[in-house]
Amino acid sequence: MAVPDAIHIEQVSKQFGALKALDQITLKIAQGEVFGLLGPNGAGKTTLISTLAGLARPSSGRVSVMGFDVQTDYRQARRQLGVVPQELVFDPFFTVRETLRIQSGYFGVKNNNKWIDEILENLDLTSKANANMRTLSGGMKRRVLVAQALVHRPPVIVLDEPTAGVDVELRQTLWRFIRRLNADGHTIVLTTHYLEEAENFCQRVAMLKAGRIVLLDTMQNVLRQVSAHTLRVKFDGSPPASLTFTADAGDGWYAMPFEQFDQVEPILLSLRQSGCIVRDVEIGKPELEDVFIRVMQAGNEASQAV
Amino acid sequence: MSGEFSTLFYKETLRFWKVGFQTVAAPVLTAVLYLLIFSHVLDNHVRIHDVQYTAFLIPGLVMMSVLQNAFANSSSSLIQSKVTGNIVFVLLAPVSYQNFFLAYVLAAVLRGILVGFFVLVVTMWFAPLSFVAPWWILVFALLGGAVLGSLGVVAGIWADKFDQLAAFQNFLIMPLTFLSGVFYSIHSLPSFWQGLSHWNPIFYMIDGFRYGFFGVSDVSPWQSLAVGGGALLVLSAFTLTMLERGYKLRA
Ligand SMILES: Nc1ncnc2c1ncn2[C@@H]1O[C@H](COP(=O)(O)OP(=O)(O)OP(=O)(O)O)[C@@H](O)[C@H]1O
Ligand SMILES: [Mg+2]
Repeated sequence: MAVPDAIHIEQVSKQFGALKALDQITLKIAQGEVFGLLGPNGAGKTTLISTLAGLARPSSGRVSVMGFDVQTDYRQARRQLGVVPQELVFDPFFTVRETLRIQSGYFGVKNNNKWIDEILENLDLTSKANANMRTLSGGMKRRVLVAQALVHRPPVIVLDEPTAGVDVELRQTLWRFIRRLNADGHTIVLTTHYLEEAENFCQRVAMLKAGRIVLLDTMQNVLRQVSAHTLRVKFDGSPPASLTFTADAGDGWYAMPFEQFDQVEPILLSLRQSGCIVRDVEIGKPELEDVFIRVMQAGNEASQAV
Repeated sequence: MSGEFSTLFYKETLRFWKVGFQTVAAPVLTAVLYLLIFSHVLDNHVRIHDVQYTAFLIPGLVMMSVLQNAFANSSSSLIQSKVTGNIVFVLLAPVSYQNFFLAYVLAAVLRGILVGFFVLVVTMWFAPLSFVAPWWILVFALLGGAVLGSLGVVAGIWADKFDQLAAFQNFLIMPLTFLSGVFYSIHSLPSFWQGLSHWNPIFYMIDGFRYGFFGVSDVSPWQSLAVGGGALLVLSAFTLTMLERGYKLRA
């Protein structure tokens, strides 16, 4: 039997009254991937995750997790999935450890203390294990949400803005932990508004806009496809006609995109040959943010590229 | 049934137990206050089924406590979880809707019976009580708790806000319990109201419950059992359908 996709979303639409929150989404995520769902507020990221998790029922289309249909085989599907919700929710009646034990129980996992201790340790929560949820700071509550999603060791982990409102140190702890989980074979799907994080961690991304996927590709291709490296040079003198620079804000800086690094030398050489004196050089890497902004502005054109 | 059910049941029980002062002690005090006031006013004037009024009143108060607390437990737990959003933890888990229903209802029954038991222990010293048919007492306590626990699930899921839940409680649950013969025998009512009471399933549960103490009742305990059991079946079927469809829980 073929290995099932971690996540298989087929022609899923979700209607809220007149609003089409998801419009014919088709998306496959393979096992072991780190996948980013990006898009502006209201694009439909959380709604898509909700249909995965069975929190919302799609108006049409099918969703399966590790080969289990989330509606007809919901119990199996949910066992495969650990979801960190976007909203900072908690049950004020319980301590951190009670919360995690109860969550294990919902998944039918007994005697889970060893794994719970390990998660607590990894998320720097050990000292708060017996604190009531109410007394935790926002960032700590977020860590407990992550911990809750992991109690049943799900093969697929979905994090809806895991780093919102989280300090730098925890962010690093969190990413290290997520990396480790991925290295152990877990599939990771995440949303974030910090595009740098997505750039660093995701192997593949989908950009959503108004309920539609407007770009879907590997991170490498995304970065290459729309943007290139930028060579920024500051020099005295006028450049040869063969070089088409865009002049920056009149401060002596000029910029030019390039594809391969072996193009840099010849550019600098022809500058020198035409008598220009190079004062400073910077190389700008392609940034996801550039792509994101461009794709969102020109959503319609880009959707044809999918 | 498995770890899911027992965990959800345990969580629901732990939830009310952690605030036992509010959820158990306070309603016991309320019931005792009712007893003190009504028995002070009426004890020397009223006998029902040839039973001294205070003795007649005690089972009514015990049952009322069972019913109201069973309803309060499932309804308030659900609405709190919905309003704060932590219901998501159960919804994300592979908890079947049947286990969900059972756990909420049984925790509600447990709290109802616990409060009822304490009310009984405290009030039984105020008047001579008999326990003619203890099994009937237990059966109707369980049945009443289950019916109201299930109604609590419906109300907790239906209500979006606390004031909607309060409306459900004030306009449905309170009239049904107060007009069911907690404080009186329906034979003392004008015939119109007597007729109306026969449409109230809670009347049968209190009547059957009281039969367990005194061996006398307005209608046969078997009839009460049939009505109460029927009410539970219909209500359970309704609630389970609601849960299966994810009404108000899954968008
Ligand atoms: N339960 C609901 N009822 C009605 N509309 C909804 C509901 N849930 C979401 N929506 C709408 O669906 C659209 C998509 O919302 P969603 O929460 O999926 O966006 P998102 O991409 O997660 O945004 P954000 O980055 O702000 O979290 C929005 O227009 C939102 O208002
Ligand atoms: Mg969202």
